[in-house]
Amino acid sequence: MISFLVNRLFIAIMVTVTVSVIAFSLLRLSGDLAAELAGDDATEAEIAAVAKAYGLDRPLYVQYLDWAGHAVSGDLGQSIFSNEPVWEILTGAVPTTAKLAVLALSLGVGLAIPLGIVAAVFQNTWIDRCALIVAVGGQAVPNFWFGLMMILLFGVILRWTPISGQETMAHFILPTITVALTTIPQKMRITRAGMIEVLQSDYIRTAKAKGLPTRSVIFKHALRNAILPVVSLTMVNFGFLLGGTVVVETIFALNGLGFEAFQAIIRQDFPVLQSVVLFISVIYILLTLVADLINARLDPRIRLS
Amino acid sequence: MAPNDTAAATAMTAGAARRAKNHRADLFDVRTPTPYEIMRQRAKHHSGFLIGMSIILVVGICAIFAPWIAPYNPFDQDISRRLINPIWGPNSTWDNPLGTDAFGRDYLSRLIWGARVSMVIGIVAPAAAAVIGTTIGMTGGYFGGRADAFVMYLINTKLALPGLVVTLSLVAVFGGSMFVLICVLTFLFWDRYAIVLRTVTQQIRSQDFITAAEAIGCSRTRIILGEILPNVLNQMIVILTLEMALAILIEATLSFLGLGIQPPTPTWGNLIAEGRNFMFFKPYLVTIPGLALLVLAIAINMMGDGVRDITAPEGRN
Repeated sequence: MISFLVNRLFIAIMVTVTVSVIAFSLLRLSGDLAAELAGDDATEAEIAAVAKAYGLDRPLYVQYLDWAGHAVSGDLGQSIFSNEPVWEILTGAVPTTAKLAVLALSLGVGLAIPLGIVAAVFQNTWIDRCALIVAVGGQAVPNFWFGLMMILLFGVILRWTPISGQETMAHFILPTITVALTTIPQKMRITRAGMIEVLQSDYIRTAKAKGLPTRSVIFKHALRNAILPVVSLTMVNFGFLLGGTVVVETIFALNGLGFEAFQAIIRQDFPVLQSVVLFISVIYILLTLVADLINARLDPRIRLS
Repeated sequence: MAPNDTAAATAMTAGAARRAKNHRADLFDVRTPTPYEIMRQRAKHHSGFLIGMSIILVVGICAIFAPWIAPYNPFDQDISRRLINPIWGPNSTWDNPLGTDAFGRDYLSRLIWGARVSMVIGIVAPAAAAVIGTTIGMTGGYFGGRADAFVMYLINTKLALPGLVVTLSLVAVFGGSMFVLICVLTFLFWDRYAIVLRTVTQQIRSQDFITAAEAIGCSRTRIILGEILPNVLNQMIVILTLEMALAILIEATLSFLGLGIQPPTPTWGNLIAEGRNFMFFKPYLVTIPGLALLVLAIAINMMGDGVRDITAPEGRN
């Protein structure tokens, strides 16, 4: 277990360092960041002044080490656009995105698992086919367009829900449905496949043979084993959704991480962008590390291989 | 008892021999269908695959022959004919079956031209990603050890990055040209091939026919390209179709956010972005291109599921 732990930690640290380099270089790939920031009709002297003010005149590796050193101690610098500390922008945006991700995942799991179970139990019937149509549709629908359609239907025609902003829970209804739809297909397919496999296994036949009611066989015996992969997938999904809700946040005017990232890209606000990318990556790395360790704890085959 | 058999055969009359031969043919000489023929049979009876293929074919033809199929030039503006409703709405005309946009451009023509960007990106980016991802995945899976550790490190790094944010930044930095979009989407998509093909290659590697090939002294290149690659092709194609739908949707997303191919070039994402300002009183500007995207993506997914059923029905669940 110790060597497994050390191995995983080493990989996690390597990946974190690489990701930080990539996050750092994203907007710098454009070439002269100082000239971009100074504006189109800036003189040489002005560009040089901007470069000096933001420390852009130093060699790249010095800039990186300076940024990384500060980042480790929690100082992520200031936004070029608003002069706010990046840390405050992050902590202001995370709750919104986390709320959206948790709501959407709850709804997604709440729909995907029952759908998957029903599809597996009634395999190759019309019920299974309907579930498959939901899965294919959810995979194929353009997320941003679905969001617009929700606004059109529930916000404008039916006038049931607010369509932009984040003041109340009601504001989260449409974004939650929009994000949840994208997470359903994969979980449904995995639940269905897992259930079909488990339902054919010997211990389920034994359970049936000793006369247990079908309900208890499906929910108590089969489901427990079949949804294990869904649980770890949901964890990884959470990490993915932190950066994956850019479009939905933009459409519904939610002030979350994705929206901040998008704003930072448009404004060339590199301190904010590199911090958002680094932050999301680190959360993802931590989540997968935890998921790996839990799996290894539960399943000796993984840590011994 | 060969000599006796020969004697019996010579003793038979010619007619009896012919009858015996025909009889044998009925029983044993049935030609077993080749794998290719089996797949063709399965494809013929797979309605999802056929429907998906036909829709993709139609969109493909629209994309290739757009200048000849589209009734108008998609760039021609006519301010006197702006925001005409599609044929099912009030005050519509057959001159513009799907209406016109805010600049008076024919919407059907813009939709047909928009298929070009979607199809090119949907085919080239996943294909390029397939080459890169497969190479990386098979290298890790075949060689193992340090090479595999490095491949896993590459995959882990890619997975940890917030894909959409990185994609948006790269497109913002390098501009939204077709070439940049294809490169960036290739970067976004290679990892799924690598993950799946690494595992599949590991499984195939340990089978007897690979050991046999190694034993008779085949080169590594020969084993990887000649023995392993043909066995992982169907996995590759299934991922390819998944990524194809995804690439089309992400291209539309980038256009929608204003970072993709720039207006006035018609792309389905641009159409939705431009129509968004008029969405509340002219909803068709947003619904029509969105439905086009949805139908194409569903068709590709149906084709993908079909390919999997046809090439490897045992892996259906």
